[in-house]
Amino acid sequence: MQLSRSARIALRLAAGLGFAIIYVPLALVLINSFNPDRSASWPPSSLTFHWWSVAWDNEGARAALWTSVKAGLGATAIALVLGTLVAFAVGRHRFFGRDAISFVVVLPIALPGIVTGIALNSAFSTVLEPLGVGLGMFTVIVGHATFCIVVVFNNVVARLRRTSGTYEEAAMDLGADTFRAFVDVTFPLIRSALLAGALLAFALSFDEIVVTTFTAGPGIETLPIWIFNNMTRPQQAPVVNVVAAVLVLLSVVPIYVAQRLSADTATESRI
Amino acid sequence: MTSTTQAAGRSPVRRLAGTLHRHSRLRLSLLLTAPLLWLAVLYLGSLAVLFVSAFWTTNSFTSEVVKVWSTDNFHALFTTPVFRQVILRSIGVALAVTVLCAVIAFPVAFYTARIARPKWRPLLVVAILTPLWASYLVKVYAWRLILSQGGLADWMLEPFGLSGPGFGLPAAVIALTYLWLPYMILPIHAALEQLPANLLDASADLGGRPVRTFRSVVLPMVLPAVAAGSVFTFSLSLGDYITVQIVGGKTQLIGNLVYSNIELNLPMAAALGTVPVVVIVLYLLAMRRTGALSSL
Repeated sequence: MQLSRSARIALRLAAGLGFAIIYVPLALVLINSFNPDRSASWPPSSLTFHWWSVAWDNEGARAALWTSVKAGLGATAIALVLGTLVAFAVGRHRFFGRDAISFVVVLPIALPGIVTGIALNSAFSTVLEPLGVGLGMFTVIVGHATFCIVVVFNNVVARLRRTSGTYEEAAMDLGADTFRAFVDVTFPLIRSALLAGALLAFALSFDEIVVTTFTAGPGIETLPIWIFNNMTRPQQAPVVNVVAAVLVLLSVVPIYVAQRLSADTATESRI
Repeated sequence: MTSTTQAAGRSPVRRLAGTLHRHSRLRLSLLLTAPLLWLAVLYLGSLAVLFVSAFWTTNSFTSEVVKVWSTDNFHALFTTPVFRQVILRSIGVALAVTVLCAVIAFPVAFYTARIARPKWRPLLVVAILTPLWASYLVKVYAWRLILSQGGLADWMLEPFGLSGPGFGLPAAVIALTYLWLPYMILPIHAALEQLPANLLDASADLGGRPVRTFRSVVLPMVLPAVAAGSVFTFSLSLGDYITVQIVGGKTQLIGNLVYSNIELNLPMAAALGTVPVVVIVLYLLAMRRTGALSSL
């Protein structure tokens, strides 16, 4: 399509505006973390690093960060195992109900978080609490793992589709048993997909708030819950600003690592 | 001596490997047991109980769940004006967010896919993807900063004698549009990128002006991508309640109603929770006709 000069310029401007819409709010969060005032009024009167050191010493935010990391690691570990198992079943076998399984894997992130949240919440409180297991870190990890399985599954299944089973067959022809073939041939082939899936699962868990709200007991506060609880407290505003800024800066990490690990599978599995 | 112990040590493993290799059904069932227990029993089981509980009621004095089958909750959904209003408002918000996302996403995707220099394109895709990884809450928080009194919106509009929208329904629509925008840009970008250039040339050769080419060639080929993106923007907006709590002022959407009913009336919350699920399933069925789902 031969676009006229003016049409090109208009599109360039519109796209520039679009990118501005995407990045101005994130930049604002960064700048606001250096705002000496507690209010969010714009523009800031001056810039200061003061709140960054205050935030660094904030016990609540630190504890919440640590809780999030633990929950994320637990959920990622479970999702890695379960996601990989399903991926091998769907990717290497044909059986009745295969499509249904792929569907069930996606369901926990396809349904609104609040539906998943209350379903798990009522199941935990009716089944686990009589057994003496209250809502807490364990239930948060179970809840997160449920919707993290899909990202591991997506990554591994995509990889399995591109690497046919012939390598394993060749290994077996050369005398390797099932386990040997897996360790020496299959695992190295899917390793980077597993890493990308783990990274995405961790990031997904780290960011989750709705399911966490419903599966965490009163004593468990992940970083998103901490931000949510402190967002409207004027006293905590400067620390929330800094935590938010740190999270904006950190968001570059998963995209960078995922791109390096597997440019073709990792980036698209979030959507 | 060593070789015999080695052989003895290895043989059970090898035998197991052999058994697994010969019996693909056994292998499959071993692969599926744990995930199915987790997803089918734990997850689908909880969902099933939730949906069944939508047909239960609560004792209005003790708020205890009464496990007697009735359709009272669903009856209330359709007859209580507040519920009807909130449901319609939520669907309206989801549609508005979807339309806004499509309108903003199209020029951005067109630029990144066809106008930007080819060597810049992958970088631009990364630039669209990066905000997806910024925390959901932080992005809503950014809009809270922008829209708060004396914030960036007020500051920008002040010279024109205007003020920002403040917190309320428009703020919720804006924040949700911002949150889900990348989900719309990416599929449109992918579709536009795959559009064969010679198709556009052919249209031009046949006398089609850019507008005509756009309408008759580009648009029909990109619509499935828009539909695919809309599945995300629509369903994510429909279920959201956190954003509405943060920037929506007093606005209520379905999610907020579900949330506020959980403590007092779980069956009603469950009935309300079925609404977004049913609407999303209907939306998916409608979108399936456009061929969008195969490109998800």
